[in-house]
Formats: sequence, structure tokens, C-alpha cells
Amino acid sequence: MDRNLLVATGIEVTYGKRASLFGSGKPPTPVLHGVDIHIGRGQTIGIVGESGSGKTTLGRALLRLVDVSSGNITFDGKDITHIPENEIRPLRRRMQMIFQDPMASLNPRHTIRRILTGPLLLHGIAGDTAEALNRVKTVLDRVSLPAACLDRYPHELSGGQRQRIGIARAVLMQPDFVLADEIVSGLDVSTQAQALKLLKELSTELGLAMAFISHDLSVIRAICDHVYVLRLGRVVEEGPCERVFASPSAAYTRALLDAIPLPEYDPGWLERKTEV
Amino acid sequence: MTDALLNVTGLSAVSDREGGLPVLRDVNLSLRKGEVRGLVGESGAGKSTIAKAILGILPRTVRVTGGWINFKGRDLLGMKPPELRNIMGSEISLIPQDPQTALNPGRRIGVQLADGLRLKRGLSAKAAEARALQLLADVQIRDPDRAMASFPHQLSGGMRQRVLIAAAFAVEPELVVADEPTTALDVTVQKEILRLIRHMQEVQGTGVLFVTHDLGIVAQICDSVTLLYGGKVIEDGPVRSVLENPQHAYTRALIAAGPRYDRPDAGLEPVPEEVFRALRQEIGIR
Repeated sequence: MDRNLLVATGIEVTYGKRASLFGSGKPPTPVLHGVDIHIGRGQTIGIVGESGSGKTTLGRALLRLVDVSSGNITFDGKDITHIPENEIRPLRRRMQMIFQDPMASLNPRHTIRRILTGPLLLHGIAGDTAEALNRVKTVLDRVSLPAACLDRYPHELSGGQRQRIGIARAVLMQPDFVLADEIVSGLDVSTQAQALKLLKELSTELGLAMAFISHDLSVIRAICDHVYVLRLGRVVEEGPCERVFASPSAAYTRALLDAIPLPEYDPGWLERKTEV
Repeated sequence: MTDALLNVTGLSAVSDREGGLPVLRDVNLSLRKGEVRGLVGESGAGKSTIAKAILGILPRTVRVTGGWINFKGRDLLGMKPPELRNIMGSEISLIPQDPQTALNPGRRIGVQLADGLRLKRGLSAKAAEARALQLLADVQIRDPDRAMASFPHQLSGGMRQRVLIAAAFAVEPELVVADEPTTALDVTVQKEILRLIRHMQEVQGTGVLFVTHDLGIVAQICDSVTLLYGGKVIEDGPVRSVLENPQHAYTRALIAAGPRYDRPDAGLEPVPEEVFRALRQEIGIR
């Protein structure tokens, strides 16, 4: 068995290709220029970059949520680059996503009960409603949410609680791979730590492979084994976190690290400049 | 205290929308001339409410129930609107959070900057324009002539924030309230903006109240810090002593809860529930 769960090679994604109704439309803009990524089973990788680096597009390409214009994606040994939608669908259960804004990704008109049991029944993971509910209760407990949440609507929960619903929804599908895109950027520090800790524990308990997209290198350091630094659609550095954070080889990585303000007294920090 | 610029004393406020829930509880804080003070806390801590109270832009639903905001010997809370209008945008100015919405999308940058100078400084149209150009150069915009003629959407987020910093310092105010001015920016741009604010502040000797949720930013740009929770001041002091020798368990837990790129195991310890429980009890939140 291949040690890698998800392998992407030479990924290129171009937006704005299609001609518009009037005239030729915008010229195509490439956002990823040949990115290679491999994610081992149970491994957590981080994808970090500033705005416009292509990190979100890369995540979406890995899940086949956007089409690649060039390159290859293999999931569990199967080439999924161009397979039709009806062949992807069975794989969707195994590749879950946790979104940045849980308010936007949870149906506001559905109770948490419906949001969490629905997919279990749809994918046939649970045979009936009672079984689905049992599984949901177990997972809710695991993410430290009371069963009373079941009858609530998303807007009745706090941001941190909603994000834990998002995590619960993903792990309920018993996935092999989870993509988490900026999932803690809107949270307060204390809530953020809670979500990160939970995610880290779950990935170990369930043997999940995870791609964690963030603009924040400190967050990546807390939960990832391996990191890819993206800049303008290219990987400028990749490696195990231990090595990259201790001695980054790309000037850009160095600059990103030097720009992060740490909560400690450092009188020279503000004036220190790192050229890229 | 001769060089006190701002003294907030016993400021209390309630939110009428939430059935009279206290949003500020007996807040005291002071700012000296030329001092940069961080106003820090998690969401709901009351940091923005304090900033808004100082600027006189509290929403109708928030009612001040006690206290004073003393700015250079005058109580801002007791002032009539015309008096406040004279102070705001001239002695006190704001660097807003979102450079996207703070500028008029339909007017050129130069015109927007010059307007303020004509209105608040009484400059002639020509003089205002020249000053605006100089200001854009001061905030290190590379091609100030071009920026003057640009509409906001033609500038990057970092550039727009520079324009707003120029606008805030244009009137040479004595107090600048910076309301999370870097949350929408990339880290490398954030650092430039922080450096710029500190630079402008030092040149003009301005007192700055820097609202943020990021203790890292506080550590790197502020002289002193006021930490809030639930509308109450939890900790207050010079930045170095608060960070290196925090007095309150909540402060310690909050510092420990933040992830750090230089420490692999940081950022995974949430503030313990006991700390919150004790804190709520101490403050009187049920």
C-alpha cells in the first residue's frame, strides 16, 4: 500500500478562462503554477501563504472542487484528476472539509440535529435515524458540546461552538482526509486553542490525514507535521515543521516569520527589516 | 500628573439591547502625551466600546451609567455635540479597522484628504492639496501624485491603510484611536503599518490608544497595556512587566493560549474553565 494518501503533482489552476457573453472575456489568470504536494496517511500538512498566494485554490483543487488545467491528483492510489462527478461522489465522504466561516457553511434553517444526522443517512453510514442520532451524540460529546445543542439552530451557538459543529460534521463521515481552510482565523485566542487542540487529538485518534490552510505560521506550527509555504502560486519552501521553523531556507519564509509579532519584550523588532 | 492627555475614570455602561447588561464596569485608564497604550481583550471584552465612548460614537443601545472621560482637563461625556465636533477629527482622530469601508469609494484620495484639512485646519484648497501630497509622501507611499488621483479601489489594502493613517495624522491630533487597524492585512504588510504608526506617533508626539486582540502586537508597538474581560480592567501596566510578570491568572492563561512559531507545543492550551469561572465570579457575571 502506498504510504501517501493524497498526491498532487504539477497542479496548475487558471481562472477566468471561459469567454463571456460579450466579447472574449478576461484573459486567463493562472493562480497556481505547478504545485507538488503529498500527504501521507495520518499526516497533517500545513499550507501557508499570504493573500493571493493560491492556498485556498490549492485546497479546493485537492478536493476537486475546482478543475485543474494541468497536473495530476491521486487519492488512495486512484487518479481522480479528471474522473466524472458520479465517480467522485463516493469519494466525497472520505474527503471532508471544514470551512472558515461556520455560519456560512451550516444551514441556518436546520437544527444541529438535522445538520449532523442528515449526511450520515445520506451516505448510508447509519442505517436509521436512531443509529444516526447515537453516533451524533457520541461525537458531540467528544467535541465537548452538550446534547442540548441538538435542538439549537446555528445562530444560537457561539463562534467556537459552531466551529466544533463543523469539526463534528466532518469527522462523523469517518473520512480519511480532512481539509481545514482558515478555520480558526475568526476565533478568539482561547477558543482557537480549544479548536486546535481538538483537531490535533482527533487526527491522532482517528488516524486522519489533514491539510491545514492558514495565513498564520504560528497556528501551523501548533498542529502540523509538515509545511508548504506558498507565494504567488508557487511552493517556495516545504519540509518538516521542525526543520522549516528552526532554519528556513527560503528568504520569503524568513520574512514571514520575522513579521509575526510575538508576545514578548523585544525592543528591536519593529525596526528590523527582512528583505525578500 | 501634568502630562496626562486622557483619563478615563470609573466608566460604566450598559447595553439596552441586552436588557441592561453591563458592558463596561468601572473602567479606569490613562494615557500620557506621546504614550502608546494597548487596549486588549477577546471579543466582548469592551475594548471597542471604550474607544467608541472616547470618540463619542457609542451606538444608541449603549448607555453610559457613570464615570468621566477627561481629555486635557475637559470631560468629553458632558460636552455638547458642537463642542465635540470641534475636537473630533482635529484633536482626536481615528484609524479605523477596515480600510475598505472607511474611504468614500466614489471620490479620489487627494480630494478626501484635502477635504479634512480644509474643514478642520481651515486651509485653502491649494494649500490643502499640497499638504495632502506631503502627507502621502510621509506615510511612505511610493508615488504620491498617482495615489492622490486614485480611487480607493485602485489601491491595495495596505496602501489604503496608509492613506487612512495619513488622514488620521494630517490634523496633527494629540490623541489617535487605532481600532484594530491591521486585522485585514497580511503579516508582512501589518509589520510595515505598525512601524509607520509608531513612526508618525513619535514624530508628532501623539498619544495612541491601540485597540487589538493580539498580545503580540501589544508587545511590539505599545508602551503600556490595559487588558479587559467582560467590560472590566483585569490587568494594567507597562507592557514589559505585564508580559513578563502578569499578576492575573487570566493574563497568564491568555499568553499561554496563543500559538507561537518558535514553540511547537504552544497554542494548544485553552484558557482553563476554572480561570474563566473565577474571573466571572470576580467580575460579578452570572
